Amino acid sequence: MIFKVFDKKELKKLFDVLSSDNSIVGPVEIGADRNDQPIYAFSLVSDFNNIKLNYSTTKLPAKKFFLPFKEDLATFTIKEHGWQKNVDYNIDRPYIFFGLHACDINALNKLDKVLMGSTYPMPYYAAKRKNMFIVGIDCAPQPYCFCRSMGSDTVLHGFDMFLTDIGEEYFAEILSDTAYNFLKKINTRDPVEADHFLYMKSVSEKNKKFTAHVDTTDLTKILDMEFQSEVWKHWGQQCLACGTCSNVCPTCYCYGVEETVDINLKSARKTKSLYSCNLIDFAEVAGGHNFRPEQHIRLKYRYYHKHRGFVEAYEESLCVGCGRCGESCLAGIRVPEVIASVRRQED
Amino acid sequence: MAGDKAAKTYLGVPLFRPKVAFFELSSCEGCQLQIVNNEATLIDFFSLVEVVNFREAMTERSDNYDIAFVEGSITRSDERERLKKIRANAKILVALGSCACFGGVNQLKNRFDQAWVKNEVYGNFPVETEAARPLEDVVKVDLNIFGCPVKKEEVEKIVINLALGKAIVHPKYPVCMECKANENICLFDLGEPCLGPVTRGGCDSWCPNSKFGCWGCRGPAEDANIEQMKFIMKEYGFSEEVMLDRLECFGGFKTYAEEFRKSLPTVVTPSRKLFGTPPLKIRGGRGSYDSGEKDK
Repeated sequence: MIFKVFDKKELKKLFDVLSSDNSIVGPVEIGADRNDQPIYAFSLVSDFNNIKLNYSTTKLPAKKFFLPFKEDLATFTIKEHGWQKNVDYNIDRPYIFFGLHACDINALNKLDKVLMGSTYPMPYYAAKRKNMFIVGIDCAPQPYCFCRSMGSDTVLHGFDMFLTDIGEEYFAEILSDTAYNFLKKINTRDPVEADHFLYMKSVSEKNKKFTAHVDTTDLTKILDMEFQSEVWKHWGQQCLACGTCSNVCPTCYCYGVEETVDINLKSARKTKSLYSCNLIDFAEVAGGHNFRPEQHIRLKYRYYHKHRGFVEAYEESLCVGCGRCGESCLAGIRVPEVIASVRRQED
Repeated sequence: MAGDKAAKTYLGVPLFRPKVAFFELSSCEGCQLQIVNNEATLIDFFSLVEVVNFREAMTERSDNYDIAFVEGSITRSDERERLKKIRANAKILVALGSCACFGGVNQLKNRFDQAWVKNEVYGNFPVETEAARPLEDVVKVDLNIFGCPVKKEEVEKIVINLALGKAIVHPKYPVCMECKANENICLFDLGEPCLGPVTRGGCDSWCPNSKFGCWGCRGPAEDANIEQMKFIMKEYGFSEEVMLDRLECFGGFKTYAEEFRKSLPTVVTPSRKLFGTPPLKIRGGRGSYDSGEKDK
């Protein structure tokens, strides 16, 4: 692994180098909430001054750039006695993600396993994933962040460059030759021992700031044991079944597909839409039977997919602990509290 | 409009081109206006169906139709008779918009003493008016198209499916699902009340897209968690009246709203300012009214 250190003022230069030929996606401020706290979102950004690298967490993940909420998988040209299928992976250019936190990069790595590592990879995702360049950045743990419990507070791969704030300078971790070549265009230096010390200090200070935790010890087994637990009914009763948790989740990838004919009857399309396992008709099948008509059962299965099924399949959780679902849930259903209640931990 | 012959084929198969008619009972005719509003697709839309009756768009009238789209609620006895005739003529009767589906904004008057309502609006002028009711109270309705107004894109999709013989399925999930996909900031985060979490989706979060909280015009989502919604409204600092106001607005949440109103210790009617003090039916009240001014 190659490390470099550069002055913070050089970051704008790096941004300008990257943005001269590319589209950059980064965290920007899109407003303030009722408590006057800034609201952040990932958005296309062309001016370095608009990017907010000290952002807390965006409301929505960067998912829309690689797993859009709605995407045409195919369009069809309808002819008199037949049709022509047109497939487009909907990627017209590479994207540079400037300022992703470790949790969101880990989320991408998890999606890679499902959508690119399986027997039938999803080309729509792969096309976008293979055409991105990621500059990660360290962050300050928020009261709702439990990434450390999920092992997602640091990230080992899946990015090109990761920056850690060590005071006057950034400590850069370089994972790709593309990143190395870009860094040649700004003033950098090799780190010395003092920089290592500053880096380690920054990391240990960050670790002290986590306040939310999830005990994942034996969690798959405990979830197995507590499948019939009453706590699910408690949470199910509060759940609005609105799908918000899935929509704000950086790793939720479930979707539905609908085929529609355009009103001129000359074209048609097959559209994929992200869906949520909490919606009432998620498990409704042809003929109208619904395998999961009860809300608490749907909510439970969402947790079982994230914290049990995925762990058994990939030896890691499908949750990165970003806390977005709990923050967006109007009913206040939060992962640390749900898991603690299953474990009968009260605090 | 063109003749009877099936003008369109799909993959070589001639399509059923239904004769359709549009009618309005008590309403603003805004839903019908939505139909003629989208000029870009109007010609395609009208070539899928043969319109034989559409007061807002054409002069000709015919009672020979397959599908009747009926907008509005029933507020007079002659409307009841007219609707029964439409029902008898039509193979399929579609309730178009919230008034037809639930009574709509018109049913707000049902909360008051009807003699008082009539006097407030018409004075001594002799007018026949009764409690506003949805179509299904009088005739069998085959399909509801929700919304105040209806969403043109949704009506188009339904008509395409009718022409192609495909099933018509309404979204069962709440507005939040589409609102999140549209990347809106949650209105609760902005300090605005919203019925999105309990209202049926399909409108593409039309109002929240403009930072306007949902008033529930499409009625409840399936499995709507009203109890939790009440709790959330309270937690975000909105009075019970604010929520009740929205639940009552279009009539889709009628059963919930009635229950809710009964559960309140005093009856507060936000419309008081507009109408003066109405002789309300007070349930469980102590006879004292809160002005309700703080909610608006």
